[in-house]
Formats: sequence, C-alpha cells, structure tokens
Amino acid sequence: MHQTFDAALEINLLHANQQGADHNRSHFDEWGITCLNVMSSPGAGKTALLERTLAELNHELRMAVIEGDMTTELDADRLRQYNVPVIAINTGRSCHLDARMVAGGIHQFAHQYNPSDFDLVFVENVGNLVCPAKFEVGEHAKVALLSVTEGEDKPLKYPVMFQEADCLLITKLDLAPYLDVKLDRIVENVRQMNSHVTIIPVSAKTGEGLSQWFDWIRSSLSHYTMQNLPISASMSLGG
Amino acid sequence: MHETDMTKALILTVKDWWESQPDRPTISHVYLTVGQFTCVEPASLQFSFEVQTRQTFLDGAKLVIQETPLIAFCHHCQQEYHPEIGIHYACPTCQSPMDDIRSGRELKIDRLEYTSQPPIPLP
Ligand SMILES: Nc1nc2c(ncn2[C@@H]2O[C@H](COP(=O)(O)OP(=O)(O)OP(=O)(O)O)[C@@H](O)[C@H]2O)c(=O)[nH]1
Ligand SMILES: [Zn+2]
Ligand SMILES: [Zn+2]
Ligand SMILES: [Zn+2]
Repeated sequence: MHQTFDAALEINLLHANQQGADHNRSHFDEWGITCLNVMSSPGAGKTALLERTLAELNHELRMAVIEGDMTTELDADRLRQYNVPVIAINTGRSCHLDARMVAGGIHQFAHQYNPSDFDLVFVENVGNLVCPAKFEVGEHAKVALLSVTEGEDKPLKYPVMFQEADCLLITKLDLAPYLDVKLDRIVENVRQMNSHVTIIPVSAKTGEGLSQWFDWIRSSLSHYTMQNLPISASMSLGG
Repeated sequence: MHETDMTKALILTVKDWWESQPDRPTISHVYLTVGQFTCVEPASLQFSFEVQTRQTFLDGAKLVIQETPLIAFCHHCQQEYHPEIGIHYACPTCQSPMDDIRSGRELKIDRLEYTSQPPIPLP
C-alpha cells in the first residue's frame, strides 16, 4: 500500500548551481581574487577585449582567465600569448558555463599556480545573450558586452542579461560611423531596466574607451576583494 | 537550448532533496513557478523534462508549471505596472527605470508530490 505525500520545497530551481557558485566565490575571497564574469552574444568581442586588457594591465595586476568555449581552444590560445594562466573549459553542448564547470577550472588553476599571487580572474563565458546571466559561476560582478552591430533593440529583446549586468561595454565603437546605430538609444534602452549599471563604449581595435574600462576594473578590485579575510581552515576544493 | 540546462539544474536540485529522504520515495509531480522575466519557455521546459527524466529517479513524474507575469513597482508613482517585455520596461507614467521587480523573476520549485511505502509495522 502506498500513501501520497506533499513536500513544500520552496527552493530555487537553480539552487544546486547557486551553492556551487557560492562555494567558488568563497575560494576567490579566501585568495583575495576578484572574479568578473564576461558575457555577450557570440562574437561581440569578449576575447578581443580580454586581449587588450591582458596586454595593457599586465604590469599592474596579476590576472588569469577561465575560458569557456563549446568545443575549441581557439580563444584560450589567443589569450595564452599574453603570458597569463588561461584555463580552458569545454562546455560541450551547453550554451553557458555553470558553477560546476568553473569549479573544475578553479581546481586546475589552484593546482598549477599559487592563487594567492593573483588579483583578478576573468571568466569568459560562452557566447550567448540569453541565459549565462542566470547561471552564476562565483563571480563578484557581471560584465556584459553588446556590440554596435547588434542593434539598439537587443537590451529590450534579451533583457535578463542587461538587467543583471554591473558593467556594460558597448563594443566595436569604431564601426558605429558605418552603421545606422544610435548609441543614445542603446543607453536609453538599458537604463529602462537597469539604473545602476556602468555603461562604457569601447573599441578593442582603436583603444577608445579602454582607459575607462580599466578604471572600472580597478574600482571593482578595491570593492570586492576582501584581502584581510581570515583563511578558513574548513574550506576545501571541490567539496 | 537553455531549457535543457535549466532542466538539468532542476533535476539536480530535486535529486538533492530525494537523496536526503531515507526511503527514496517515488515522485509523481513537481510543481514549479516560472516567471515571465526569465529565460525559460515553459513548453520547452516541459519537453526537456520528459526527455531527461526517462529512466531516472523522476521517470514518469509530471511537471506542473505556473507562470507569473512581470510586475514592477514604481517608487516615484507609488504604483505597480506591467512592463511590456521586448518593448518597454520603464514606468509608463513617469519613465523611471524598472528598479523593483515584484513578480516575474521566479524560478522556484514550490512543492513535490510523492508516494511512499508506509513503515511496515513490526510483528
Ligand atoms: N572593428 C572591430 N572589430 C572587433 C572589435 N572587437 C572585436 N572585433 C572583431 O569581432 C570578431 C569577434 O571578436 P571576438 O573577440 O572573437 O568575440 P567573442 O565575443 O570572443 O566571440 P565568441 O567567444 O565566439 O563568443 C573578431 O573578428 C574581432 O576581430 C572592435 O572593437 N572593432
Ligand atoms: Zn571569445
Ligand atoms: Zn545556457
Ligand atoms: Zn512612475
């Protein structure tokens, strides 16, 4: 004989991922590392931006990259030329990184390097405008990219990422003169749903706007890093 | 495509609960609340759930989805409004940004229905 029961769960569908993300973040905090999750649609310029950033901040900050890619190591190889640790994670069929995949990357990173020597880890997410924003990976802040070639309406059509972004880079600014695109409209559309986001138009090609982006990185470092956090003996990798 | 991943996440979370139950009961229904302001399409989620639960501990379980509308609250006007997804999010009266979302972001497992063997009385 069977009895029917009812269990009130009242938990987030992404609870398991959230726990993994919190765990990852506690490692970053312990090491005094700030983690930025870099997200955009395919080809908006995440890798190009990271190339410039690694090249120009190399003397000032100790950086590493966790590079998510569906199948290849093409992006990882591009970034390895800048002499920073680049951990490649293949997501297979998944269209975003999740906390468990990034935990694998963090694990590798911690085995090969001394993480306490680092200030900043970029996670380059898989190119997808829809759901990477919902799967936290342990980041302290979300950086979204939208290239001028994608059109002004994208924030309205794919609002979730833009609503959650802490910093929005409007990329490929050098192409704006060739397009029928109004930057003001992009900004206005993003502002409708996100009043706190820092918006910086940039071009990885000409370098325009990059100094503001670097300033934002510097401010995020001092904001999120808890250098003086006591190292918890109970914290262990992969658990 | 992301519904596949959402479903994986859902199954993981339910599995955590299931494994914490001493008698590993048979789950018959999973009740979800899914907001309109998420990247989840209920029909695709249904489909993914059916496919991904086959021959797992959730085989045969039904997914029941309740959708919630996007509702924001404008502090300036002290009133709720319904932003038009894909078109307009700011307050229609004063154009203040959508700052306070009251409904529409939910991705919640409300409850589970399951059957269980009652404990066998000792002779
Ligand atoms: N004109 C111009 N082209 C750019 C700029 N940034 C990137 N690109 C070009 O845009 C294309 C895609 O850039 P990536 O950096 O590979 O984009 P991504 O976001 O890393 O792409 P995925 O990782 O595949 O999602 C490349 O051909 C870049 O050269 C820019 O600022 N200006
Ligand atoms: Zn890339
Ligand atoms: Zn996804
Ligand atoms: Zn108003």
